[in-house]
Amino acid sequence: MDMLLLAELAINGVFIGLMYALVAAGIVLIYKTSGIANLAQGALAMMGGYLAWAFSALTGFPIWIAIPLALVAMFLIGTLLERFALRRMVGQPIIMVIMLTLGLEIMLRGVLPGFFGSAVKRLDIGIPPTPFFIGDIFLNKATLIGGSVSLLLILVAIYFFNSRLGIIMRAVSDDQSAAWSVGIKVERAIAIAWGLSAVMATAAGVLWGATQGVDWSLSLLLIKALAIAILGGLDSLPGVLIAGVIVGLAESLATGVLDPIVGGGTRDVVASVIIVLTLLLRPHGLFGREHIERV
Amino acid sequence: MFYRRAGIRHTRYQDERQIWPLPFDRRLALLIFLLAIFAPLLIDRLYLVSYLLPWVIWSTAALGLNFLMGGAGQIHLGYGAVIAIGAYASVHMVRAGLPFELAMIGGGLLSAAVGMIFGATALRVKGLYLAMATLAMQYIVDFVIIQFPAISGGTQATLQVPRVSFLGVEVTGDLAPYYVALLICLLVTLFMLNLRRSSFGRALAAVREKDYAAAVIGVNTFRYKLLAFWVSSFIGGVVGSVLAVCYYRAISPDQFHLDLSIQLVAMVIVGGLGSVLGSFFGAALILFAPILLNQFFGFAASELGMTISTDLRSHVPLMLYGAMIVGFLLWEPLGLAKIYANLRNYFLVWPFRHARQ
Repeated sequence: MDMLLLAELAINGVFIGLMYALVAAGIVLIYKTSGIANLAQGALAMMGGYLAWAFSALTGFPIWIAIPLALVAMFLIGTLLERFALRRMVGQPIIMVIMLTLGLEIMLRGVLPGFFGSAVKRLDIGIPPTPFFIGDIFLNKATLIGGSVSLLLILVAIYFFNSRLGIIMRAVSDDQSAAWSVGIKVERAIAIAWGLSAVMATAAGVLWGATQGVDWSLSLLLIKALAIAILGGLDSLPGVLIAGVIVGLAESLATGVLDPIVGGGTRDVVASVIIVLTLLLRPHGLFGREHIERV
Repeated sequence: MFYRRAGIRHTRYQDERQIWPLPFDRRLALLIFLLAIFAPLLIDRLYLVSYLLPWVIWSTAALGLNFLMGGAGQIHLGYGAVIAIGAYASVHMVRAGLPFELAMIGGGLLSAAVGMIFGATALRVKGLYLAMATLAMQYIVDFVIIQFPAISGGTQATLQVPRVSFLGVEVTGDLAPYYVALLICLLVTLFMLNLRRSSFGRALAAVREKDYAAAVIGVNTFRYKLLAFWVSSFIGGVVGSVLAVCYYRAISPDQFHLDLSIQLVAMVIVGGLGSVLGSFFGAALILFAPILLNQFFGFAASELGMTISTDLRSHVPLMLYGAMIVGFLLWEPLGLAKIYANLRNYFLVWPFRHARQ
């Protein structure tokens, strides 16, 4: 195995990992504020991609208007989901809430391709398809730009947690009733978290849509995002960045190194193996808080 | 009125502890049992093979999953993988010359072993993490089955099931597979009905409600969670072998993908967590609703002149599953079983509503 190929795989893997991490950041955001793992995050990313495509292709807006439109629409959809579905489940066992988000995922995966058509949609956000070379290393421009934008957005999210609204959300995640008693509107904080998470999902959907086209397979981002969120620790945003890079690297190297040996398909199983290993060795992830439960 | 309780006085404890204390329920159960036995005489062969047989098999699978999710409160998103292990293991055993009865149990045992490994991984953590561990199990098992030609018979390949006999009866034609599936379904149903009357079932219920509290009163939670995984995966494995031999007759990896797991979870939720009857209702609704809706779309397209794209029609099952899971969780979290129970309670004292407690 020559070093050049390895370097190429590694660099592409890092940027792809950062793009996965953007989806995972949405999961972490919701988990941090409301303690729910949102299994519909992949479907929300798909929905964001579909909406951006629909605004630009069906209504004829230029892409730089269509994307902000999709972001705003998804923010509204996220808050509405929280208001009309998740809030009714407060106090129900966690198994019910997980199933509800899984139900949303399944439904969106049927509704969007069903109504918009299941063929792959091309989403052109103005990235030229020409490859990009550093020395002899071949890099994909869409992945490079996507990874950079993701990194920027996650850094913004980390910074956001130090703003006033972010401090409110941290208070809510620490102790909901204590936050309530000092006058924080807990419901509003959670609703905003859902909206922001849907916005991040949309950004991820658009970036992925630009690299591989928009279709139902965008919802498969869920399993990679879950692997990243668990490896990084479900309540740690910086953890998402590092875990994203690890998962992206592992996946890319596995594809390049193991696929020729076992005959393909390792790409999809790396994330699952990482989930199982993390749960075996360090269930709260690299940077997550260890959860202490009392009767 | 229908479910008459008036005038029924239990004078012994064991009368009251029967599975069905009311005579009407007993007669209803007997009637359904007889209908199931004589179904081949009553309905067309086509309906028997393409509707009743899958319903019986999927109900058994839903019962196995409901045991874990409703009985022990452990979430499992990879039950399709458990069924796949049972199916592949038993088909390979049958092809190696083992009798079908032994292969069925062998498939169950292998499923139970693998299922327990993943369960044990996740039992240090729970709820949320368990969901992810089992989801990962689905992908890993899929990968292993597809990538190892020794298991799947090569990529994209199907594995033919040879002719087998069950308890001396050859499992061919339309009737024998139905009765084999019915027998397994009956056994699992009896097990599930009696579960809550046993100490095992009560321990699982304690673990389900709050595992730490159960540990405080002396229930070994780790052991019971592991046992729940073992039993549920065993049932899944047996269902897998029944599914392979009696229904599919040639198995390929894509029959056991995540879609099957989602279907089963939807059956359990729609039917009602922890309810035996609900598993049957849920299986019926999830299996037949997309077919009915598709037929309605076909009718609408041909008779009413509506144009419905093929994309839409092919995605109707997913929409329905998702909408039903979300709808039931929001409006009737205990599912169809609860709706039936409400009806039953209404008719118990009909028309004297004020007498209802």
